[in-house]
Amino acid sequence: MSVILVFLLVVVGFIGWWLSHQRLMSKPWLEQGMAGDFVALDRSALPTAKIGLGVFLAVVGCLFALFTSAYFMRMALSDWQPLPLPRLLWLNTGVLVLSSVALQCAVVATRRGQLETVRLGLVTAGITTLAFLVGQLVAWRELSTDGYLLSSNPANSFFYLITGMHGLHILGGLVGLGRTTAGAWNGARPERLRLGIELCAMYWHFLLFVWLAIFALLAGWAATFIDICRQLLT
Amino acid sequence: MVDITPADAVPPAEVGEMELYHPHSWWTKYVFSQDAKVIAIQYSATATAIGMVALVLSWLMRLQLGFPGTFDFITPEAYYQFITMHGMIMVIYLLTALFLGGFGNYLIPLMVGARDMVFPYVNMLSYWIYLLAVLVLVSSFFAPGGPTGAGWTLYPPQAIMTGTPGGQDWGIILMLVSLILFIIGFTMGGLNYVVTVLQARTRGMTLMRLPLTVWGIFTATVMALLAFPALFVACVMMLFDRALGTSFFMPAIVEMGEQLQHSGGSPILFQHLFWFFGHPEVYIVALPAFGIVSDLISTHARKNIFGYRMMVWAIVGIGALSFVVWAHHMYVSGMHPYFGFFFATTTLIIAVPTAIKVYNWVLTLWRGDIHLTIPMLFALAFIVTFVNGGLTGLFLGNVVVDVPLSDTMFVVAHFHMVMGVAPILVIFGAIYHWYPKVTGRMLNETLGQFHFWVTFLGAYLIFFPMHYLGLVGLPRRYAELTDMTIMTESAHHLNSFISIMAFMVGFAQIVFLFNLIWSIRHGREAGGNPWRATTLEWQTAETPPTHGNFGKDLPIVYRWAYDYSVPGAKEDFIPQNVPGSFGTSKEPA
Repeated sequence: MSVILVFLLVVVGFIGWWLSHQRLMSKPWLEQGMAGDFVALDRSALPTAKIGLGVFLAVVGCLFALFTSAYFMRMALSDWQPLPLPRLLWLNTGVLVLSSVALQCAVVATRRGQLETVRLGLVTAGITTLAFLVGQLVAWRELSTDGYLLSSNPANSFFYLITGMHGLHILGGLVGLGRTTAGAWNGARPERLRLGIELCAMYWHFLLFVWLAIFALLAGWAATFIDICRQLLT
Repeated sequence: MVDITPADAVPPAEVGEMELYHPHSWWTKYVFSQDAKVIAIQYSATATAIGMVALVLSWLMRLQLGFPGTFDFITPEAYYQFITMHGMIMVIYLLTALFLGGFGNYLIPLMVGARDMVFPYVNMLSYWIYLLAVLVLVSSFFAPGGPTGAGWTLYPPQAIMTGTPGGQDWGIILMLVSLILFIIGFTMGGLNYVVTVLQARTRGMTLMRLPLTVWGIFTATVMALLAFPALFVACVMMLFDRALGTSFFMPAIVEMGEQLQHSGGSPILFQHLFWFFGHPEVYIVALPAFGIVSDLISTHARKNIFGYRMMVWAIVGIGALSFVVWAHHMYVSGMHPYFGFFFATTTLIIAVPTAIKVYNWVLTLWRGDIHLTIPMLFALAFIVTFVNGGLTGLFLGNVVVDVPLSDTMFVVAHFHMVMGVAPILVIFGAIYHWYPKVTGRMLNETLGQFHFWVTFLGAYLIFFPMHYLGLVGLPRRYAELTDMTIMTESAHHLNSFISIMAFMVGFAQIVFLFNLIWSIRHGREAGGNPWRATTLEWQTAETPPTHGNFGKDLPIVYRWAYDYSVPGAKEDFIPQNVPGSFGTSKEPA
C-alpha cells in the first residue's frame, strides 16, 4: 500500500499548502464586517470548471495509484510471471504523445485566435487518440494470440485490467473532445471554446502522464526503480 | 477587534453570478431536476426507502437470534443474506447517501450563500446513477439464488464460492456492479460538493466563517473522493475473479473435491483495499454528524460554539489520520507485530481530536440557555452515544484486546453504537431541525418526543446488553446459537429481550415516517426562522427556498455563524448577513 500512501501524502501536502493560505489561524468571532473578505483568499481566480477537473483528476490519480499498489502486492507472490510487452506499445505511446502535443497546439492557437489551427489541432488530437485506442486493442489481440490470456497469470490480468481502465478514461475524454470539436465548427463563443480546449488539454496531459507511469509499471522498470530506492535506503 | 460597520463599504461583486438552469416543464422541475434542493429530497427519499428495507432485514435477523428455531423461513443462508444486505445498505446506501447526497445537497448551497451547486447537470446525473445502483441492489433480492450472503465486507474467497449464498449465482455480481455504480455516482456528486464550497461562497463567507456543518460535509466529501476508489478497485478486481476467472484475490482452492481454476491470489490484498476504503468510511459518516451536531447544539443552547478553530482543525485532523489506521480491522488476519503496534498507536491517536470535539460540545452547553427541543435532545443523545461507542473503540484498537473480542457480539455492539446509532441520532436531529425549512411546517412535537425517547432508550437497551453477550463469548455471524455451552439460559433470555427492544425501536421509526408525511400538510406553520438561527439558510426570502435560493441579491456575510446571545445585541442571535457590530467584546472561544 506504499504507492497509494505516497500519492495521498502528495495530495495531503497540497491540501495543507492550500489550507495554510486560508487564514486558519484567524479568530472569526472577533471579526465582523467585510474585514475577512480578502478577494484573493475567497476563491481561486481559476475557472470553476478547471478546479472541478483538477479535483476529478486527483480522484483518477488515486484510482491508478491503488491499482499500482495492488499490482506490487500481487507481484510479490510466487506465481507471478511477467509477460513480454508488445513492441506496438512504443508506437502507441508515441501516438498518444502526439495527441497531447496537438491539443497543446490548439491551446496556443486559441489564445492567439487562430481558429483554423484550433480546428486542425482538435481533429489531429481526436484522430491520434482513436489510433491509440485501436493500437491498444491490437496489442491486446497480439498478446492473446500469443497465449497470454487474461486469466492465465496475474501479470496478464493486471495488464488487461490497467490498460483497459486507462482506455476507458480516454474514451470518456473523447466525449468531451468531441463536444469541444463540434463547438469549434458551430461557432461557440470564443471564451467558452478556449475553456473547453484547455480542459481537454489538461485531461489529455494527465492521461498521458498516467500512461507513461503504467507503461513503466507494466514493463517492470517501476519495480526496478523501487528496488534501487529501497537498496539506497537500507 | 476589527470593526467595519457601515454597510455601504460593500465592494462590488468580483465574480459574476452563475447562470442558472431554469426548468420549463413539470418533469425538469421535479423529476429530472437540476436544483440541488430537489436532488437532495430525491436522495433522502431514496435512501430512506432502502433504509426501511435494511430495517426490516434487521428485524428478521433479530427474530432468528431471539427465537431460534421458531421461524422456518429463516434458513442459515437467508440469515447471511439478511446480515450482508443490512450492513451494506445501512453503511453505504443509507448513511453515506443521506449525509452527503441528502444533507450535502440541501445545505451546502444554502449555507455558503450560493444559488445552486456549481455543476447542476452532473449533480442530477449523480442522483440518477445512485438510484440505478439502488435498483441493481434491490434486484438481487429477486435474482436466482437471492442476494449475496458474504457479509458486508465481502471477503474473498468465500464471497464468490458455492457455499456462500449468491456466491456462484447473481447475488455477488449484482452487489459489485451496484457498488461500482454507486461510486461513479458519488464521485459526480462529490465533485460538486467540494467545488461549490471552494468556488461558490458568497461575498464575506471566508472558510473560517463557514458553519461547522459545511466543514464536516466538505471534509467528509474530500475523504470519500479519495477513499471510494479503493472500494472501486476491490470491486472491479473481484468482479474479474468471479466472472472472468482471474486470480487477483483467489488462492488455489479445492471446492467439494474439485480443484478450482484459481491459483495464487491473495485474500489479504482484498482486505487491504477494502479497509483502505472501509475505515475512512467510518469518518465519512461521522464528520458530517460532528458538524451538524455542533450547529444544533450552538443553536439550541443559544451560545456560540466553544473553540470554533479547534473544531475545524479537529475535523481536518481526523480526516487525515483516518487514512492511516485501516489495518486495525485486520488484526485477526495476522500481521507483523510492529505493524500491529503502528496501527494500534494511530488508532488511539485519533481519539485525541475526537475527544477535543466532545469537550467542546460539552463546554458549549456549559451555562448555555439550553432549549430541550427535539433536535437538541437528539444532539445530546448523540454526544452520550458517541462517547460510549468511542470508549469501546479504545478497547478494540489494541491488538491484544481485539483478537479475542473480534468475532464476538462485542464488536457488533461497538460499531452499532459508534457508527450506527450515533450518526442516525444526528440524522434524526437534523431532520427535526431543518424540516421546517424544507417544508415550511414543523414536525409534530408529541410524536417527536415519543420517537426520541423510544429510539434513544431502546437503542441502549439493544446494544448495552450486547456488549455483555460479547464479553461472555457469544460469537457474531452465527445463524443459530442454541447448542453452545456459553449460550446459557440467561444469555438466551437477554437475546430475546434485545430482539423485542429492536421491534419496538423499529416501530418508533414507523411513527417517525408517519410524522414526516403527516406534518407536510398538518404541521404547525413554521415561518422563515423558527429556531432563531444565524446561518444563511434561515435568512432566505421564502420558505421553502425557491429556485435560486436567495431572491434577487445574494446575501453578504458580515460575521461568523455563531453570534448567539451577544451582549448588547437586541436579540439573542445575529444572522450572518446582518452588518454592524454589537456589544464590546465577547469571550474568545
